[in-house]
Amino acid sequence: MRTQKQIYLDYQATTPCDPRVVEKMLPFFTEIFGNPHSQNHSHGWLAEDAVEKSRTQVASLIGADPKEIIFTSGATESNNLALKGASGFYRDKKNHIITCVTEHKCVLDSCRHLEQEGFSVTYLPVQSTGLIDVDQLRQTIRSETILVSIMAVNNEIGVIQPLAEIGKICREAGVFFHTDAAQAAGKIPLNVEAMNIDLMSISGHKIYGPKGIGALYVRRKPRVRLQAIINGGGQERGMRSGTLPTPLCVGLGEACAIAISEMKAEAARIKILSDRLYQGLTSQLDDVYLNGQGAPRIPGNLNLSFAYVEGEGLMMGIKELSVSSGSACTSSSLEPSYVLRALGVEEELAHTSLRFGLGRFSTEADVDKAIELVVAAVTRLREMSPLWEMVQEGTDLKNIKWSDH
Amino acid sequence: MAYSRKVIDHYENPRNVGAFDKNDATIGTGLVGAPACGDVMKLQIKVNKDGIIEDAKFKTFGCGSAIASSSLITEWVKGKTLGEAQAIRNTEVAQALALPPVKIHCSILAEDAVKAAIADYQAKAGASAP
Repeated sequence: MRTQKQIYLDYQATTPCDPRVVEKMLPFFTEIFGNPHSQNHSHGWLAEDAVEKSRTQVASLIGADPKEIIFTSGATESNNLALKGASGFYRDKKNHIITCVTEHKCVLDSCRHLEQEGFSVTYLPVQSTGLIDVDQLRQTIRSETILVSIMAVNNEIGVIQPLAEIGKICREAGVFFHTDAAQAAGKIPLNVEAMNIDLMSISGHKIYGPKGIGALYVRRKPRVRLQAIINGGGQERGMRSGTLPTPLCVGLGEACAIAISEMKAEAARIKILSDRLYQGLTSQLDDVYLNGQGAPRIPGNLNLSFAYVEGEGLMMGIKELSVSSGSACTSSSLEPSYVLRALGVEEELAHTSLRFGLGRFSTEADVDKAIELVVAAVTRLREMSPLWEMVQEGTDLKNIKWSDH
Repeated sequence: MAYSRKVIDHYENPRNVGAFDKNDATIGTGLVGAPACGDVMKLQIKVNKDGIIEDAKFKTFGCGSAIASSSLITEWVKGKTLGEAQAIRNTEVAQALALPPVKIHCSILAEDAVKAAIADYQAKAGASAP
């Protein structure tokens, strides 16, 4: 099904490995293959040195101490460990967790699991910007609250939650603050001290590192205790057993090191591209809406609704572009995105949304081609959209009695 | 998701896109689905004095399968009597387009759109009869 040149615009789904990352990883598959936990010979020591260097690189990205970094298989595992691990450890004293409705499925599903185990979970709503109301958070914290889990950057709409404010509230109240930073690490400056973050999840493949590796930051002072989910040889200070995948750890470390040195310039470059994309589309098409408008956002994400054109139908018309749809039909369910619904985006608009993700290897030519293809497809599909026709005739779609199905 | 070649053909070259004057007595208009569900079809038939569907037009808001279902069914109704058009089943549309199970509702909507257009035409004809 691939045509000439496929343009990748789905950097929130995953990123390609940076070639510099791959280069650093390769020797650890073959030459330096030792088990980093083998303490008795140089094969083990060399691998251990590499893993510890990577741990330092990950820690540096977020202003942490290397001893506070636990390697995991990815952000999903990190989120599971943070939520279930902290809840499990403190369950004798406390039983309440606070999160928000637009979190990633792995946070929401872990919370559902904890509810079944008898914990009480509060799901904070979001405002139309996609941000939580920090006053509401303050009022929701109670003496039984163990932790607050609020994502740093939303995967669908790219908005940045007020992390420093949330951290301050949590610290004052004496509850832990966990943030899923899968979409934020390496994209925006993060500092666990300045932001009072106690637990932070990081993903390798969202920051030009390999898939299958992630990290969890676990604060030492004041100490956060976690009950392990994976038991075994006691690696990672007993919080995550299992032999560390040295090449993947090295890849994550290198990805973090590159992010530290290039984040600022890269963000500026991507902002220019996303502004170009937004201007290019909105100057040629009416009724295009940015979801999560009014909130600070990472530059690499534009979630747009193209009114009167259904998202999946639109994607079919731009098959040279790899983008993601907020509309129902790409999944087997008929429900539109729960994130967009939580913002108060009406269902009919939620069905018309696409997520454009720009990143390190996006070019101006990619953006210009995307504009050309999207404008052509939206224009064509609006010409055959009964909704567009009615609106052009002056009919208010709200006054029509639609059939249910 | 992979689409069948027929779906892609109808999506890329939809037949009979357009609109008739819905106030014309020879035109029946069916509007089915809902924007909130992600599918809306408007299907119109032009009926001659012998009760034969002479022409048909559609406009659809929806995924590729919805567009293809409505495009295909407009081809099928042309030349049929109202009774014959009424007898078209969604399963025939689904089969012809090789729709996967999650897209069967698109073919149901197309069948409903034809029925709604016929009902609209008949209601108008009944009302204008002496």
